[in-house]
Amino acid sequence: MKKKRKQSRLREIWHQLKKNKMAVVSLVVLIVLVLIAIFAPLLAPYSYSEQNVLNANASPSAEHLLGTDDLGRDILSRLIYGTRQSLQMGIFSVAIGAVIGIIVGSISGYFGSWVDNLCMRLLDIYQAIPMFLLCVALAAILGPSLRNAIIALGLGVVPGFARIMRASVMTVREKEYIEAAKSINCGTGRIIIKHIIPNAIGPMIVQITMGVGSCILSGAALSFIGLGVQPPIPEWGTMISEARSVMRQYPTQALYPGICVMISVLACNLLGDGLRDALDPRLKN
Amino acid sequence: MGENLLEIKNLSVEYHTDDAVVYAVNNISFEVKKGESIGLVGETGAGKTTIAKSVLGILPQLQAKIKSGEIYFEGNDLLKLSEKEMQKIRGNKIAMIFQDPMTALNPIETVGFQIAEAIKRHNKIKRQEARERAEDMLEMVGIPGERYRDYPHEFSGGMKQRVVIAMALACNPELLLADEPTTALDVTIQAQVLDMMRNLRQKLNTSVVLITHDFGVVADFCDSVAVTYAGEIVERGSVDRIFNNPKHPYTQGLFESIPRLDSNENRLKPIKGLMPDPTHLPEGCRFAERCPYATEECTAAPPEAYEIEPGHFVKCFKVKEGEK
Repeated sequence: MKKKRKQSRLREIWHQLKKNKMAVVSLVVLIVLVLIAIFAPLLAPYSYSEQNVLNANASPSAEHLLGTDDLGRDILSRLIYGTRQSLQMGIFSVAIGAVIGIIVGSISGYFGSWVDNLCMRLLDIYQAIPMFLLCVALAAILGPSLRNAIIALGLGVVPGFARIMRASVMTVREKEYIEAAKSINCGTGRIIIKHIIPNAIGPMIVQITMGVGSCILSGAALSFIGLGVQPPIPEWGTMISEARSVMRQYPTQALYPGICVMISVLACNLLGDGLRDALDPRLKN
Repeated sequence: MGENLLEIKNLSVEYHTDDAVVYAVNNISFEVKKGESIGLVGETGAGKTTIAKSVLGILPQLQAKIKSGEIYFEGNDLLKLSEKEMQKIRGNKIAMIFQDPMTALNPIETVGFQIAEAIKRHNKIKRQEARERAEDMLEMVGIPGERYRDYPHEFSGGMKQRVVIAMALACNPELLLADEPTTALDVTIQAQVLDMMRNLRQKLNTSVVLITHDFGVVADFCDSVAVTYAGEIVERGSVDRIFNNPKHPYTQGLFESIPRLDSNENRLKPIKGLMPDPTHLPEGCRFAERCPYATEECTAAPPEAYEIEPGHFVKCFKVKEGEK
């Protein structure tokens, strides 16, 4: 029973999504990026930390397709390995943010009244702190590492998710089928989990997809200022940061990771756009 | 028929909003016998749905306040029961049919799941068994059991209402609160749904509180009628009595406002004026403002319910005078 439901719903969304070429291309790009991240050791021609100082800052050649950096490491290999860190940063931080956001938003939206007031005022205070500054502070407290950057970014995106979820839950809450569920004796917890969240999650899917893009970007920025992934592990932001010292002479070293960031963020945003259209019942047919 | 299944005594419900108190239900009393079906008739906003929700205990907790009254179901006051005891009754012994079948079903669950959910809430049975019973319920309301896996949007309005009814009847309730079950449907489907409910009622001996604003449906389906106005029951009695001999000016006005096929009038005869604002109810009779017979007495204090014949109650001074 469950299986059919998921299939038919997914199929419907997929049918809508297919019409949007940009979204399909973005989806393909993202899938390729994930595959690259998973199979990085097989795809990369060199190890990411293998140095060859004699061959530093080399131009692209047959051996090093994108050249080497100031320590003579193969840039292509580092980009490929970097996909892992960047995608992790985007996906896991959004996962943390979305889970907390959905919980807070559902509770706040469903119960309303003082519960809602309390949650929203707390979020107001929380949001008054600039998100990036918060990430910096958290990364500084917890110590710079991939894991802590993910936690910092995840906590940073909670308010946005919580607010969207709350608004969505508030509209679903008033629907008659919620009353019907109450009348057949569903408890509050069951109503929220089985009836409210699945119906209210739509707008969140779009936000989640776009959130991945913005978290990749923020993650790269955190790494750029040295609070994210630590060398020698490659990450696109770290790579840009390292290329800074030779930016004048070899601008391409910063350009390649920059393009990677751009492509992945763009793909996330375009897919989010496409999903929004696909999920919007008013735009059907 | 015989003993009272449901007995509501002096029930008053208020809604508190930020800047006003809405007096939705004021001092309402009525009872439903076993197997009886009573029609709750009244305009939109007369408090009919609020009565049903109070019985089920699903009023919005934060805004609604039950000011006074008792609701006896099989001898127990529902308002005094703990939530745990209430859970055994809600959806099991008392079930509700909702007004709008378009929104009363969760759009992303299959209809079968929703009926099975109602069953599983009250019976400790296996998924498979619940499923079989849900399929039986679907068959009972005239929908092939194979459609168990279909989603609400794959059904027509009339079929959705059948599903909603199947959901309400899933646990063989003793009392069914039907909140305008046919209002959202067109006339042919209305007749089908009513027929079906009548059959089920005979089969299961369920008592029904039918909330509606359609006298035709009441005449067709109910044993007795309670006419509500501004949160009060202004007249109550058997269908025969009320239809042949309406005493309250409001009931009379309602009957007069129904267009008749056998007369040549071109215009409808509405009752003049509007229902009083439920945040500022008049002190005297609620209907005085619109009543053609209103006297000073009427605006001074509210009338009580007078029993002009066994079982026929009228809340009007006019009737009392007539008696004298």
